[in-house]
Amino acid sequence: MRRRNVLPGLPLSLGVTLFYVGLIVVLPLAALVIKAASLGPEDYWRIVSSSRALASYRVTVLSALGATVFNLFFGLSLAWVITRYRFPGRRIIDAMVDLPFALPTAVAGIALTALFANNGWFGSVLEGYGIKVAYTPLGIMIAMCFTSLPFIVRTVQPVLEDLDPALEEAAQSLGGSDWTIFTKVILPLLAPALLAGLSLSFARSLGEFGAIIFIAGNQPMSTEITALLIFIRLEEYDYQAAAAIASVLLLAAFTMLAVTNWLQSRALRYTVKG
Amino acid sequence: MKIRLENVVKTFDTFRAVKGVSLDIESGELVALLGPSGSGKTTILRMVAGLEYADGGAIYFGDQDATDIPVRDRGVGFVFQHYALFPHMTVAQNIAFGMKVSKVKRDKAAIDARVADLLRLVRLDGLGDRFPAQISGGQRQRVALARALSVDPKVLLLDEPFGALDANVRHDLRRWLREIHSELGITTIFVTHDQEEALDLADRVVILKDGQIVRQGTPQQVCRDPQSAFVMKFLGDANVLSAEVRDGRAHAGGLSVDASGIPDGKAELYARPADLDWSAQAPGIAATISRVLDRPDSRRVLAVTETGEQLEFDVEPERQVSAGEGGFVTLRRGKVFAV
Repeated sequence: MRRRNVLPGLPLSLGVTLFYVGLIVVLPLAALVIKAASLGPEDYWRIVSSSRALASYRVTVLSALGATVFNLFFGLSLAWVITRYRFPGRRIIDAMVDLPFALPTAVAGIALTALFANNGWFGSVLEGYGIKVAYTPLGIMIAMCFTSLPFIVRTVQPVLEDLDPALEEAAQSLGGSDWTIFTKVILPLLAPALLAGLSLSFARSLGEFGAIIFIAGNQPMSTEITALLIFIRLEEYDYQAAAAIASVLLLAAFTMLAVTNWLQSRALRYTVKG
Repeated sequence: MKIRLENVVKTFDTFRAVKGVSLDIESGELVALLGPSGSGKTTILRMVAGLEYADGGAIYFGDQDATDIPVRDRGVGFVFQHYALFPHMTVAQNIAFGMKVSKVKRDKAAIDARVADLLRLVRLDGLGDRFPAQISGGQRQRVALARALSVDPKVLLLDEPFGALDANVRHDLRRWLREIHSELGITTIFVTHDQEEALDLADRVVILKDGQIVRQGTPQQVCRDPQSAFVMKFLGDANVLSAEVRDGRAHAGGLSVDASGIPDGKAELYARPADLDWSAQAPGIAATISRVLDRPDSRRVLAVTETGEQLEFDVEPERQVSAGEGGFVTLRRGKVFAV
């Protein structure tokens, strides 16, 4: 007998969604790979391993790592404060977390540049301590931090809200110190959500473009990010080279998602019913 | 460990949860805090544990004032209503947690040996490697108990220990908890809203209402002499008949019972279902049977008196009674409380 579904039209909706996913996700990615593959292996290797491309990978990946690590701590503490404390303005802060999602990234980039330029509010102060942010990798990192902050907060927050307070009380009654409870009870339970947030945050940072190009200065070999290099190749009508460099980013993103998925399933082993 | 509560008060925002409770618990005693929801029983338990701080009064463990000692230094074992097992740790890791974080350092072999002992005590040998999600509710309850016992607590505190379990499991666990208590002799307080559970399990029952103790004593004392209409009603099914007291006797319909000590005037007569009986002849309260409910060990009769009062009582299983039948309700015993 055929099982009846609560929602009717399953075959139709399945067909439509699969077609849609194929059209807007798989097809462009396939086109990218085909375009890159149309280069011979030698040309491909020459383009993706050129010193300018390598420098762009380095600055992109290192800045993205830095931004992600910073957001790990800051995002976690922000999520913690929003869920655990009641203070005036809490709801406003909660709403503001989504602002980097809502704001056009170019606007964020211009605002950050204005703040951190030599004559900006922050930049002029930092200049006194010999710290330059605008037009340096540090500026790239700050732009990445800004655009990827919501990922960590929004993945951790619901898990933190659902955490049974009795777990912490139980750990206390067993003699656990605050630090022990945080590291042995709370953190392991947040780990899957943190991993998800981290990978999203890192992936977003790798691909960020709009917020960065204003503040980065875009000097080849030092502050030129990979996404910009791809854009430059496109502007030169060198589509194959653009696709080749893009395929490297694509591969990096895929590998990272695969690794985080695997880590997540390991971290969630305990939920499997026996 | 002897525990003494002296005029303990707790207020949440504007709600007075506990209004001056004084209680002495002897070393090795098993005490039930019994009351309806909102009676403050869980708050009292949490204050004994140190999970809440009293706003007024004092809590003594032996001769030591424990009122301001934080929970992690108080040396209590607490079993939470929904067990609060650490979901990411195996059963064995859950039980070992307290020993691992303890200031008293033990080597791994000693901890493993103790975990094995505790698993045997709670009859969960061989389940040490399972995660909490992989075992049943009753088993989780026992893991929670083993975990609480692992730190050699001076006092064992249980919050609605059997609340989340189905009836059969609950019955078995009750017996078993009683056995463990006799074996270990540890002072134990548990909270419940289930009178049957409190009476079955406890040496002494403390009945609470609106943040105050209304009655305490052995199950026999509180059952035979409830001393108030609230306790009478709370401990089990009770019929209420309006009565009139004259010269130390209460009269209700055609019935009359002893009511010495109750002032003349209006009163209420309370009778358990087993305290009433059914008879074809007077004397008694004239009534008509409206329904008969068959139960494994008796027949529960629902009857309506001529004045419209609803009564429930039990007759022997062989007794032939049926709905629509008229007759008289007689009284074996009853308790009278002034209104």
